[in-house]
Amino acid sequence: MTETTQHKGRVLPVTDLSLVVLVGASGSGKSTFARRHFKPTEVISSDFCRGLVSDDENDQSASRDAFDVLHYIAGKRLAAGRRTVVDATSVQQDARRQLIELARQHDVLPIAIVLDVPEEVCAERNAARTDRADMPRRVIQRHIRELRRSLRHLEREGFRKVHVLRGVEDVENATVVTEKRFNDLTHLTGPFDIVGDIHGCAAELETLLGKLGYTDGVHPEGRTAVFVGDLVDRGPDSPGVLRRVMSMVKSGNALCVPGNHENKYGRYLKGRKVQHTHGLAETIEQMAGESEEFAAEVRQFIDGLVSHYVLDGGRLVVCHAGLPEKYHGRTSGRVRSHALYGETTGETDEFGLPVRYPWAEDYRGRAAVVYGHTPVPEATWLNNTICLDTGAVFGGKLTALRWPERELVDVPAERVWYEPARPLRTEAPGGHDGRPLDLGDVHGRRVVETRHSGRVAVREENAAAALEVMSRFAVDPRLLPYLPPTMAPTATSRVEGYLEHPAEAFAQYAADGVARVVCEEKHMGSRAVALVCRDAEAARKRFGVDGPTGSLYTRTGRPFFDDESVTEEVLGRVRAAVTEAGLWAELDTDWLLLDAELMPWSLKASGLLRSQYAAVGAASGAVFPGALGALEGAAARGVDVAGLLDRQRERAADAAAFTQAYRRYCWTTDGLDGVRLAPFQILAVQGRSLAALPHDEQLALLDRLVEHDGTGLLQTTRRLHVDTGDPESVRAGVDWWLEMTGRGGEGMVVKPVGALVRSPEGRLVQPGIKCRGREYLRIIYGPEYTRPDHLTRLRTRFLGHKRSLAIREYALGLEALDRLAEGEPLWRVHEAVFGVLALESEPVDPRL
Amino acid sequence: MFLTITTTGTPERPATDLGFLLHKHPDKAQAFSTSYGTAHVLYPEADDQRCTAALLLEVDAVALVRRGKGKGRGGAPDAALAQYVNDRPYAASSLLAVALSGVFSSGMKGVCRARPELPGQARPLRVEIPAVPARGGPGLVQRLFEPLGWTVTAEAVALDTEFPEWGDSRYVRLLLESETLTLAEALRHLYVLLPVLDDAKHYWVSPDEVDKLLRAGEGWLPGHPEQKLITSRYLSRRWSLTREAMERLELVRLAEADDSEVEDIDNAVEEETEAEEKPAPLAVQRRDAIVEALGAAGAARVLDLGCGQGQLVQTLLKDPRFTEIVGVDVSMRALTIASRRLKLDRMGERQAARVSLLQGSLAYTDKRLKGYDAAVLSEVIEHLDLPRLPALEYAVFGAARPRTVLVTTPNVEYNVRWESLPAGHVRHGDHRFEWTREEFRAWAHTVAERHGYGVEFTPVGPDDPEVGPPTQMAVFQMLTGNEKEAKAA
Repeated sequence: MTETTQHKGRVLPVTDLSLVVLVGASGSGKSTFARRHFKPTEVISSDFCRGLVSDDENDQSASRDAFDVLHYIAGKRLAAGRRTVVDATSVQQDARRQLIELARQHDVLPIAIVLDVPEEVCAERNAARTDRADMPRRVIQRHIRELRRSLRHLEREGFRKVHVLRGVEDVENATVVTEKRFNDLTHLTGPFDIVGDIHGCAAELETLLGKLGYTDGVHPEGRTAVFVGDLVDRGPDSPGVLRRVMSMVKSGNALCVPGNHENKYGRYLKGRKVQHTHGLAETIEQMAGESEEFAAEVRQFIDGLVSHYVLDGGRLVVCHAGLPEKYHGRTSGRVRSHALYGETTGETDEFGLPVRYPWAEDYRGRAAVVYGHTPVPEATWLNNTICLDTGAVFGGKLTALRWPERELVDVPAERVWYEPARPLRTEAPGGHDGRPLDLGDVHGRRVVETRHSGRVAVREENAAAALEVMSRFAVDPRLLPYLPPTMAPTATSRVEGYLEHPAEAFAQYAADGVARVVCEEKHMGSRAVALVCRDAEAARKRFGVDGPTGSLYTRTGRPFFDDESVTEEVLGRVRAAVTEAGLWAELDTDWLLLDAELMPWSLKASGLLRSQYAAVGAASGAVFPGALGALEGAAARGVDVAGLLDRQRERAADAAAFTQAYRRYCWTTDGLDGVRLAPFQILAVQGRSLAALPHDEQLALLDRLVEHDGTGLLQTTRRLHVDTGDPESVRAGVDWWLEMTGRGGEGMVVKPVGALVRSPEGRLVQPGIKCRGREYLRIIYGPEYTRPDHLTRLRTRFLGHKRSLAIREYALGLEALDRLAEGEPLWRVHEAVFGVLALESEPVDPRL
Repeated sequence: MFLTITTTGTPERPATDLGFLLHKHPDKAQAFSTSYGTAHVLYPEADDQRCTAALLLEVDAVALVRRGKGKGRGGAPDAALAQYVNDRPYAASSLLAVALSGVFSSGMKGVCRARPELPGQARPLRVEIPAVPARGGPGLVQRLFEPLGWTVTAEAVALDTEFPEWGDSRYVRLLLESETLTLAEALRHLYVLLPVLDDAKHYWVSPDEVDKLLRAGEGWLPGHPEQKLITSRYLSRRWSLTREAMERLELVRLAEADDSEVEDIDNAVEEETEAEEKPAPLAVQRRDAIVEALGAAGAARVLDLGCGQGQLVQTLLKDPRFTEIVGVDVSMRALTIASRRLKLDRMGERQAARVSLLQGSLAYTDKRLKGYDAAVLSEVIEHLDLPRLPALEYAVFGAARPRTVLVTTPNVEYNVRWESLPAGHVRHGDHRFEWTREEFRAWAHTVAERHGYGVEFTPVGPDDPEVGPPTQMAVFQMLTGNEKEAKAA
């Protein structure tokens, strides 16, 4: 019941996440009280909101709109998990009802603090304020009358705490202390062993605890067991299970959340009428042999259980039936109900049992949710949630999850203790089979948090374009864990006749503090990413696909070959090389993700070649003989066309050079004959991103792969190490490039040997700078770009946006790999991958 | 880019009269600056018997690109990377046509002050253009020039002689010969028909282009058998060059990132190329069948998933039984066209409240799609790669869960009845698969079973006794609890 207020210096506990409603007449000192005890941003006053909507804090006609605004702001704060104090008179029940409703909507505790101050004091204070001096006395009288009438009902109205301060002194001397919520155990970091539904299987529990390393309920390394509930019913020894768990909880070696079975048994123990079904009868019977004292302890234990816990700095949530993110750490009847029973769709299945709503499919939270309740044959992660109920009592197994190790430990049931009403589901609720990602993961303007470069924004129009390509043309998102970032070219060269020259690339890295770089031959084909699994089973287990053994896709995620069997053939050849090179064991993986170039260029780009490059060659080839002939004819007649004739001859030569340039990257293929794949980076393997593995080590691994390829598919990447601080070494690098591009090579990519490198100021350094050959650039800038007047104009190109884009895409790519390596849910990996695709549609000079 | 005009003559009627007609002296090389470079006129040969005038346009490709920039971001749809490496400096396109009219304006008008009798006389003419970009190939070149009195020799230029398998380029080596035309007529033919063949003008088509066309076409265009093609190509690029260009740029860039052409991925609004005897009926019959099935199911709030250009949405809007109609498509361009078709911006408030268009994708679940009476997937599933179909199934039947779902898709068995469809071909370039009735039914039953629906099938179009109807439709109805129990029993 409401506490009385006689003591001086009352202490008022207020929960850290709650809606605090100050109740008091005009002039009772609510605003002063709020200012003294709460942060200014925690307090929303109705006067302030009146001012917002009407320019007059005392305009009562604006009250309705003002309260709309107040409720709106309070709602936003509560949704974000911030305590909110409402400073309005709230003396009328209807006003309070709306606030209680708001608290319930956001699953936080409503708390009332009543300031019961004499009428005289209120009137005096109002009189002292110019803006309220003319407030009629009867208004205050009415407020106080209504307040008095309300006092007795506040708890019944739904306030979970009610503090009444009587008189000025009481108000003056009160202290507010912030209390944590019961479910907030974020300060506990474990490590934990989370145990699934036991249902009276005491023997299996003892075996499992033994396997986990507990002796008599204590772990030598100080680990904490966490029970997800459903300790009792159905099984052979519910009292034994209760005894073990209760003693561990009591001694601080375990935590326990209630299951629906405890809840029902608890109600039975309190004398409520419950049906003795679903195994309750067995528990009652078994407990009949136990002492009164033990039964009382059980009752107290069950009564004190908290519906769910938030642990380990908010990274882990444990509850019985699973919990959507918006309920984490919240306190309300429906949170408790969801934690105990989960959510149902309202339908029933063919066994007459309620159909459960697949909440885990929608789950997008950062905290891992570990739960039980729904028996499944195997505990598997889905969107960062895992169900540990592996049906021990139905003859399945009892499973525990080690946290933060994320290791599963289980023991088989000794027998079938209880026949299930329906067969164990063949997959976890919300299993993997073709279930899609949610549009909310990718649509509209988005910001992706990255480990290496903070927040990367994706604009709405770019996401829209990416959505179209991703939906209509890309490979299955499960087999698309990465997209390669774009790469910036070297700074524009001033060397005569050159637009790009390696000297600039070396200088740029030297300026970034990078001394050791590796120059890698740039293959002129099409970028290809290959996900290669050891076999179809490995692909099924890790990526959840049925059939393919991996994927081979372009830089926008489209399958490289329309024919799946060709893809499989390529993957098979790579797989054989990996096996021969012994890399599966060495890298401790059964899949790997390769970044590569697939040649010839004409294989993928034939449409573009025909419509654009070869077309230009054909038109120029057709036009020049006639034009030169005409000019020569005119010249022979003595017409002065000398300058024009020379220019046309040069243009004809440029056009011929252009045709030569693209022809180098085209050759005829037949099936896979003539196709080459040049891998230049292993991006990730099971459990690890290799993006930070130094390039010399990368290339050493890849060389072994190429060596062990017996089919001629794989091609090595030539390279040269350069020290950017050593002029001799830089000169050698330039010569190497001149020699390579002189023979028709596309150019090279200069990369820091250390792969993932930061500048002295802590910025991410470009992971690579491309330096394209003089002849190759004709394909990009046009046949005549080397003419001095053209070069002068082209040198005004701007690299800033391209560089920024390259770094942002790089950060997203790294993020995708890290998320993949850490086994994060598909939507998290996809979010980053989708971001790369969206950024690729940003407007940037396409020639860079 | 380059062309020559040759005439022959006799001492009485010397070939060098060409110089008077063109208003350019045969013994000089003259240069004229144009918007995109310099036009040169010179005579490789000039005597009484034979005189040839050559027009050589030195195009500044970079200037061409820069000029394009003022016109919206990036200009024309194919104006991304393609603009830097293109055929404009070499091929005889609208640039040459413009140069022709500028440099030889008197010749084109048929005015010659010194020899006023000359322009009216026909003379032997031979026009050579080594690289004419011709969409439609040598055949179209012939159809355009022959009716005008030309003897046409047009041969396709190979794309690359080193790669014969790539076939021919879109360029034609063109030789026109005539004894009966005047030079002015010849020039006006070229002025109109070169851009028509190229089918891509380098400048913005403005309303006064209509006048220009009428002027240049005077005397020959009205009677030309290809008049319609000539007029529409000459004028029709207006839409595509202005409005839609803006909408495709993001996709252009994504295509480019992949070294592919934008048409590869931006094909959502291509008209159906179904080889129907009469173009409309099947699409109309399909919509009628859908409206009937929706009515029978008592649906009021309807999703059109994959609404494309909004034809079905438009049909549904006319029927007051449908109180809420949501068109969903993944292509922004399709949605823009749909919005234009429905005149959403001018619709009355009450009507507008019934309809909305959303970008969405059935590869993802979408909360916005929950709680509708019915969803229509008309000619949608066949545009998905088969391995990605389960995602769509789940998004529709598992997540959105409307009470009724209609799915239509081509019946591949019927394809043998399309006379113009080559054997083994699908009906549309983007169809990833087409199913037999058996395959469709098997899929539909599996989906229904998995997600708690019942399913029935309806033919759309003439139900051929042997191969079935051209379109097959499945009507899924969600089972109630009782029906499920009955089924389990």
